[in-house]
Amino acid sequence: MAAEQRAEIAKAQVGIRGFDSITGGGLPKGRISLILGTSGCGKTVFGMEFLVRGTCQYGEPGAFVSFEETEEELAANFSPFGFDLKRLAAEEKLALDYIGVTPELGIEAGEYDLEGLLFRLEKSISAVGARRVVLDALPALFQGFSDSAAVRVALARLFAWLKAREITTVVTAESTSELSRHGLGRSLSDCIVALSMRVSDRIATRYLQVVKYRGSAHKPDEFPFLISSEGLSVMPLTSVLPGYEASTEQISTGLPRLDTMMGGGGYYRGSSILVSGQAGTGKTSLAVHLAVSVCRLGDSCLYCAFEESEAEIVRNMRSIGLDLERWIKEGLISFTMSRATSDGLELHLVELERTIGELRPKVAIFDPISNLTAVGSFPEVKSMTSRLLDFLKTQGITSLFTTLVPGGQDAPGSEVGVSSLMDTWIDLERLETAGEQSRLIRIIKSRGMAHSNQVREFLITDTGIDLVDVYAGPSGMLTGTARAAEEARVKEEQRRRRNETERKRREQEHRQAALEAQIAALQAELEKSQGDLKQLVEDSEAYERHLSEQRAELGRLRRADARGEGEAQR
Amino acid sequence: MKRQPKTWRFELYVAGDTPRSRAALANLERICRASLGQDYAIEVLDLLKLPELWRRQQVLATPTVIRKAPAPERRVIGDLSVTEQVLKGLDIPRTPEGFPAPEEPAGERQSRELRRG
Repeated sequence: MAAEQRAEIAKAQVGIRGFDSITGGGLPKGRISLILGTSGCGKTVFGMEFLVRGTCQYGEPGAFVSFEETEEELAANFSPFGFDLKRLAAEEKLALDYIGVTPELGIEAGEYDLEGLLFRLEKSISAVGARRVVLDALPALFQGFSDSAAVRVALARLFAWLKAREITTVVTAESTSELSRHGLGRSLSDCIVALSMRVSDRIATRYLQVVKYRGSAHKPDEFPFLISSEGLSVMPLTSVLPGYEASTEQISTGLPRLDTMMGGGGYYRGSSILVSGQAGTGKTSLAVHLAVSVCRLGDSCLYCAFEESEAEIVRNMRSIGLDLERWIKEGLISFTMSRATSDGLELHLVELERTIGELRPKVAIFDPISNLTAVGSFPEVKSMTSRLLDFLKTQGITSLFTTLVPGGQDAPGSEVGVSSLMDTWIDLERLETAGEQSRLIRIIKSRGMAHSNQVREFLITDTGIDLVDVYAGPSGMLTGTARAAEEARVKEEQRRRRNETERKRREQEHRQAALEAQIAALQAELEKSQGDLKQLVEDSEAYERHLSEQRAELGRLRRADARGEGEAQR
Repeated sequence: MKRQPKTWRFELYVAGDTPRSRAALANLERICRASLGQDYAIEVLDLLKLPELWRRQQVLATPTVIRKAPAPERRVIGDLSVTEQVLKGLDIPRTPEGFPAPEEPAGERQSRELRRG
């Protein structure tokens, strides 16, 4: 988009949602644009919205010249859009001029020109100081006059007059051939926008295509658009992609254990979350937990319910201990309900976008998005979801989509094919074991965070959702009563093991005590033995001494050669 | 054009004093004189001089002549050079003598396609 800005021609913003982003700013300012389309495609609405928004939003008065509808018809036709044409006309912000091209204009008798028409248009346009002009159903003029050269001359003068005043002009016509037949094709080729309508599966969708835009880059794709109670809305697919802000702020899921699984804080603000699961797995409950969590922070939440009514959701959530009524009363939760089958996809999306634009919620919940497949094919739903996501992301709105996985489906989420678009994907699964159902929750992905890879059991209790560890053992994963039984079994086993340990501990203690006693006895024996040995040595020494003394005594007594004897002993 | 109210009253709308405007007035006078004698009145209204007219009458082509009386209103556009069409359009009775030749501005296109209203 930035690249398109350089050396671009000046543009007049149309104010039609989406259109200005496709064209990089609107219609060529001061030039003439051609809006083509068969009856019922929305040419008149496009033109009128261009003028009404021009005068109300951009301060540029406009003149609407209709060759088809009278002022009264126009005023009546546009009041449902909230365009009060009579008031705008009274305030001189908008001029309405009906140029009736009827047989009453008169029988032709000789040569004429259309000075009267030009004079009138110039007056009409100047009266309000119009900067924007719409010439609706202009080719009708050729039907009123047989002298098409006179009409051509008049129109050429009119166009020159408009261009000289740099009035941004829109001409509507059914087809280019209608104009080229009268030699007007060339003068109206600065910017050509084609509107069309196609019916598929009995649902009509309107498309807008910028066929030509001199001096400007534009997106040449066909964009679906809607005529809603607020005028036209064009839904460009990728007009806003680069602008996302990635928040690192997290928002609680409403479930502390799920927050823990999601890196501690929960979902990232502004991210998109897909909750997939079969019927009855608790998708809505999980979504409502987020809603309540947001409300507790004082932020608002929009709940788009495609299946259940507000009353049903409130009642059902009360049964699991979630009080929605309180938040509805405080105005923090708003519900929008629509049957997916009642409107076309485009209408759905645009209405959603409009509601979101009005309420500016922090969180938007779509429950379930899979219901939209009732009115559109999978690629269409995917394209719509992707556009909705674009919109939500640019607004920084956290979005949670639930999607129903039909029973027996292998790849959850794939039936809408939107999982790849989502930042976080939580899958709820129903597990049936031993004639019992239980629910499992797992985070399949969560971009930008270290999320838990573990499966948890998902319990819906009368106080809300609770996450419980599942048993993952050699015999597989256990949930429900099987898990409870397993828990009991393990507890018993632990108790047994503890008893056994205690017993063994005591046994060893006994043994140790016995050994210690033995050691003590042996020690005593050792000491006794040492004592005995010492005595023995002493006795022996005493004996030797005694013996030696005796021998010396004997020698003295015998007066023997004691010295000699004594030396010999040495 | 005289004191008493006339049976036939016409408004001739023109855009400026152009040869075509003058031709239209001359042609209307010619036809009226031949067919209606004195019992007619023509008011020439110049859109450029009377700006307030632009909303009052749905006059797109100029010249346009509107028969205001007798009712109902009837209209003819053009320089009124095609007498047959003028008579038909304004429902003016024919005269056995016929009409003088039409006046046409010099240099105007001779061939033209005409149609019923």
